[in-house]
Amino acid sequence: MSDNASSSDTVVQIDQLSLDFDTVDGPVHALSGIDLAIREGEFVSLIGPSGCGKTTLLRVIADLEKHSSGKILVNGVSPDQARQDRSYGYVFQAPALYPWRTVTKNVVLPLEIMGLTRSQQQARAKKYLDLVNLGGFENKYPWQLSGGMQQRVSIARALSVEPQLLLMDEPFGALDEITRDHLNEQLLELWRKTRKTVVFVTHSIPEAVFLSSRVVVMSPRPGRVMDVIECNLPSERTLDIRETPDFLSLAHRVRQGLKAGHSYDDE
Amino acid sequence: MNDAARSQGRIFPVSVIIVVLTIIWYAGAVYLNSGQLIDRYNKRSVQWDITQLAADAWSMKRPVLPAPHQVARELKKTVLDQKITSKRSLIYHAGVTLSSALLGFVLATALGIGLAIGIVYVATLDRSLMPWIIASQTVPILALAPMIIVVLGSVGITGLFPKSVISMYLCFFPVVVGMVKGLRSPEPMLLDQMHTYCASRTQVFFKLRLPSAIPFLFASLKVAIALSVVGAIVAELPTGGQGGLGARLLTGSYYGQTTMIWAALITASVVSATLVSIVALGERTMLRRLDGGQVARA
Ligand SMILES: Nc1ncnc2c1ncn2[C@@H]1O[C@H](COP(=O)(O)OP(=O)(O)OP(=O)(O)O)[C@@H](O)[C@H]1O
Ligand SMILES: [Mg+2]
Repeated sequence: MSDNASSSDTVVQIDQLSLDFDTVDGPVHALSGIDLAIREGEFVSLIGPSGCGKTTLLRVIADLEKHSSGKILVNGVSPDQARQDRSYGYVFQAPALYPWRTVTKNVVLPLEIMGLTRSQQQARAKKYLDLVNLGGFENKYPWQLSGGMQQRVSIARALSVEPQLLLMDEPFGALDEITRDHLNEQLLELWRKTRKTVVFVTHSIPEAVFLSSRVVVMSPRPGRVMDVIECNLPSERTLDIRETPDFLSLAHRVRQGLKAGHSYDDE
Repeated sequence: MNDAARSQGRIFPVSVIIVVLTIIWYAGAVYLNSGQLIDRYNKRSVQWDITQLAADAWSMKRPVLPAPHQVARELKKTVLDQKITSKRSLIYHAGVTLSSALLGFVLATALGIGLAIGIVYVATLDRSLMPWIIASQTVPILALAPMIIVVLGSVGITGLFPKSVISMYLCFFPVVVGMVKGLRSPEPMLLDQMHTYCASRTQVFFKLRLPSAIPFLFASLKVAIALSVVGAIVAELPTGGQGGLGARLLTGSYYGQTTMIWAALITASVVSATLVSIVALGERTMLRRLDGGQVARA
């Protein structure tokens, strides 16, 4: 019975998943034998060196890329079906805002496509812009916002679809460290409030450990999972936690995992 | 206010250029007309000096190159002193040319956008159509124009439409090229994003591809509208007496009336310049709407 319960609250179930890209210089093994189960309400970070397949894995979950072999279920159905059910929101590395739309018009874009009524669209835009602390910027154009604000608009837009699952590909990768720290705290707060399941790609060890309930360490050529680290930091945490021994030992484990990945690289 | 300041700053350089061009023109008139005049002086054994030569060169009845004031007088005579409906009014002729140019431009814009959508959305059209479109532009329009008139005339289509077809032929090309580029301009990331939203092709077209293509479209339309006037004038050459600036050019060269030719040329360039600025104005309004005023600041 407990087995049943655990499978019903699994949001992403990946078994022996592989993906090869056909390129002119032969196949690229972007992902190989990935096993991963992500439970509801988890915050899972994918970390690893450039080219280890983090983006590719996220894109497979989002049905932006087709896997070559293995199995993947999102919300118990195929990624294609999950996409059609609008079960996830995807946040790209760049804000991907439309320059001819105001902040609000950008946030309601997916809602227009879903065919929500105008008043529903407005209500959701207001709700999620407030949630990312952008109330008062509704009628600005993207170029009038800072990079960090633009990325928050993009997060509000992903949330406005009200998906259970949030897929984020290095959303803060292009931002300076101060802004990034600030947004990390806001994102953690948002996750605590909404209890969404988040899959978060990052290059940064402190960011991964600070945000996540689990960190998945990946290594390249072929892209695979090296280690999965449970982070049971107290849920009410601030950036100060990064100085504590618990945090540092978790960060150390992640770093060890990344190193192990590199040693394969030298073969 | 910004615009006003910018046009203030432009007045000086523009007037300098106009003055320089006028001086070159007057000098050119003396130089080009001097051959005929000196022949005449020699025949009649008249004594002449340079002031005499200049005065005569600027007041010939059939100069090789008329002086600016002669063209201005011709313009006054044919623009201001004639009723617009008169066949001797340049405004009337400009109107004839303008109507076929505008119809051609509208047809070309519709055709160009239609072809571009086909090329972007249908892979086989991309491969099969583009070489033909490019080939169409390598055929000299001067050779093609009479054939179009004859062919359409033989099936009973005469008047405005055949001339517009020639205009269209000349100016649909930049529209296709610009529009294809524009429709393909959204980054893969934005298209992926639309895929995650489960957007239909129509939604992707109207919400992403079309707005992205607008700046490209307007750049093309500016080229196309200028070409449409050229096309209309070329189309009026074989149709002869029906009127239009092209017909005036033809009549002028037939009777050696260079002043008439120059007056028609100047009218044609005024028409083109006006049309291009109207499109440019439309472009500015449209772009301002597309990005909430960022372009207006730049
Ligand atoms: N469309 C594609 N065609 C061919 N190869 C690809 C394609 N997309 C990714 N790859 C290859 O797959 C591998 C994994 O790429 P991926 O973008 O997933 O890495 P990543 O971990 O996200 O890297 P980064 O941290 O730099 O973003 C790389 O070797 C890359 O070259
Ligand atoms: Mg990546």
